Amino acid sequence: MSDQSAALTPRHIPDRLDSPFKRAAKSWETLLLAVAIAIAIANSLASPYFLDPWNLSDATFNFTEKAILALAMTFVIITGEIDLSVASIIALASTAMGAAAEVGAGTPVLFLVGLGVGLGCGVFNGFLVARLGLPAIVATIGTMSLYRGIAYVVLGDQVYKNYPADFAVFGQGYAFWIFSIEFVTFLGLAVVASIVLHKTIFGRQVYAVGNNALAASFSGVKVRRIKFIVFLMTGVAAGLASVMLTSRLGSTRPSIAVGWELDAVTMAVLGGVGINGGTGNILGVVIAAFVMGLVTFGLGLLNVPGIVMSIFMGLMLILVIALPLVVQRINNRRRVAR
Amino acid sequence: MNAMPSTDTPTTEPILKMTGISKTFPGVKALSDVALELRPGHVTALIGENGAGKSTLVKILTGIYQPDGGNIEIDGKKVDLPTAEAAQDLGITAIHQETVLFDELTVAENIYIGHQPRNRYGLIDWAAMHARAAAILHGIDAPISTRTRLKDLSIAQRHLVAIARALSIDARIVIMDEPTAALSYKEVEELFGIIDRLKKAGKAILFISHKFEEVWQICEYFAVFRDGRQVGAGRLDEVSHNDLVKLMVGRDVTQAFPKLPAEIGDVVLKVDGYCHPTEFDQVSLELRRGEILGLYGLVGAGRSEFCQALFGVTHPSAGTVTLSGKPITVRSPSDAIDAGIVYVPEERGRHGAITAMSIVSNISLPSLKVTSRRNFLRMAEEFDLARKYAERLDLRAASLSQPVGTLSGGNQQKVVIGKWLATLPKVIILDEPTKGIDIGSKAAVHAFMSQLAVEGLAVIMVSSEIPEILGMSDRVIVMREGRMAGVFEREGLTPEALVRAATGNKEAAA
Repeated sequence: MSDQSAALTPRHIPDRLDSPFKRAAKSWETLLLAVAIAIAIANSLASPYFLDPWNLSDATFNFTEKAILALAMTFVIITGEIDLSVASIIALASTAMGAAAEVGAGTPVLFLVGLGVGLGCGVFNGFLVARLGLPAIVATIGTMSLYRGIAYVVLGDQVYKNYPADFAVFGQGYAFWIFSIEFVTFLGLAVVASIVLHKTIFGRQVYAVGNNALAASFSGVKVRRIKFIVFLMTGVAAGLASVMLTSRLGSTRPSIAVGWELDAVTMAVLGGVGINGGTGNILGVVIAAFVMGLVTFGLGLLNVPGIVMSIFMGLMLILVIALPLVVQRINNRRRVAR
Repeated sequence: MNAMPSTDTPTTEPILKMTGISKTFPGVKALSDVALELRPGHVTALIGENGAGKSTLVKILTGIYQPDGGNIEIDGKKVDLPTAEAAQDLGITAIHQETVLFDELTVAENIYIGHQPRNRYGLIDWAAMHARAAAILHGIDAPISTRTRLKDLSIAQRHLVAIARALSIDARIVIMDEPTAALSYKEVEELFGIIDRLKKAGKAILFISHKFEEVWQICEYFAVFRDGRQVGAGRLDEVSHNDLVKLMVGRDVTQAFPKLPAEIGDVVLKVDGYCHPTEFDQVSLELRRGEILGLYGLVGAGRSEFCQALFGVTHPSAGTVTLSGKPITVRSPSDAIDAGIVYVPEERGRHGAITAMSIVSNISLPSLKVTSRRNFLRMAEEFDLARKYAERLDLRAASLSQPVGTLSGGNQQKVVIGKWLATLPKVIILDEPTKGIDIGSKAAVHAFMSQLAVEGLAVIMVSSEIPEILGMSDRVIVMREGRMAGVFEREGLTPEALVRAATGNKEAAA
């Protein structure tokens, strides 16, 4: 294997062996994109209403808020952690906004209250995980109950709905033509998240922590700081999602956004983010968000009830995750047999 | 069968005979037409550089891999080893380099896992398990309680548990894959005592080691592998040390420990009265430019802990550190790196490298501030940096985007060292830098360390290998039980002096 005579002159080691095209062809994102296109084609065949631009625009509303959560969740999962409290942060932030609206707060204040509560919740999660060293799954299951519990105590079975009229802009406004403010914000955040994760020192350190936190700290990475920041990010993302959702619904109940934490995790995992940390990218998660949006929308057009839809989602997740594993295993077996 | 060789040993007929063994992995021919014989009551050394096919052979023998071709005979009968259990049933057991045991289970559970003694209801007979485990441990003079959890044992003690496990399944063929890699001098001696006992009990032992002096000390037969082929085998007393080295590397290794003369400059690092609540006490040292300071001691003497405190991983309770005349406080590895102190840890896979990430990402990780502009990564700069140090260290890799985990141990170590050199440190601490790497890479690491000293770096080298300490160090500090047990100059230093200081006066006790 090793050629001793060449040891005297330093050998040139290439940057990489695969061409960019070859890597793209083999990637998870390409597979997902194919799935997304297949679903879009199937949808357009199944329903004549699917390709209507305004219908498509409406369809984006049912996944952009979750997709914003998923973007932040991607960072948390890549560091090897998880944040199950995001949906409860939405409920708490929404409750705080509702209470502020009751006492006459204007739209800018409400927006800041929403983000501020999200930030505060994120800081608390980060404190529990990064400072006290609690396992993230335990800490955020705890805060999941805690945050939503506060919302229930404050609201009981009541509803906040005295939002100022112009507050509706976040969840119902359009940036231009068929593109809603929500959707444009999501696309913008996806670009930002992608740059932060793939093009900055912080992003590289996120991967390093997720792959081997111990070795990362031995390389000078401030592991606890990285973990703290990613929890702060999910907090703020949940605050923003809360502003949008509250604005779109025009009311707050304590049961708002129940179960969304799992939808966000599902999007990330479907997007190729390894649940053990260290792998995944933003592009995959964005495509996964579209896949989930298209499926829900398509099934909605076909009048499939929500409960059946969740069965369908679960099956799709298992299928998409399992298929490449099965294919790989079959390939390996063939190789061993040879 | 009846043609007895003219030696004093009564049975030298091989118990195990492998012939024509081949094994191919995608892209790599790991073994081609390899033969090996093991004899009862004798130790056979398996020698070869990393990647020579030793591990593959062990995995075939223990039923983990299936050979593509060839014959395996035990007691003259052809056998198949389709599973690990089949190999175990035939009395083959392996003690691995990094022993695979269960941290959270007790010693007795580890010894008997998979073949726990049962009572008449089919449930585990705990009393019998502990009694038998204690008997086996007593038989190998291992003073370990059977109820201790494995995670509370030292590496040496874990090896003893692994050996006890081998004995518990009544193995006839014992494979030891670098059993001494993590052991100190004294523990190696104890291990050799156990091997002697196993020999007397008629076990056939396959001993894999990079350390020649050990091979000469306890083995009778040898087999040398190179690039997946067996290039020589026979009785050790019929060959010389040089013959073996030549067979193994296919060339002459002129000197294993080539410390070049370096100009010793000013004091770079000064540590005064460094203390830790549990690990070490009152350690003081001065380190100069161009100097290699050896840190010798038994495993558990507090050497690594001291170095890790210098690097900010753990925190000292008292003491001061002065770097280039300025007092510094190191609270975290990133403080140490910023100050110019870097640490190549002993456990490459756990602390040293992020094995799932690429070579380039590993090398650039502590230098990202330099290769990036305003926090934005510049991949071209990272590749340039990585290539510079990869070529300086003569790294063998297919591409810089290859995950570090796919490299051999020696090349992984080169990546870790390269990562630190790229930060342009003043002091580099190497903790067991050549542990478990082949002689070719080892010589390269030694030559490189020496080159660093010539270039004015100050080096601290923690090592448990006496030849390495003697060959490389300008000065040696010996630690014992967390304290400094002696400081020696290079001139006139003898192995005996080191061992005496490391073990204390009463060698037999403890």
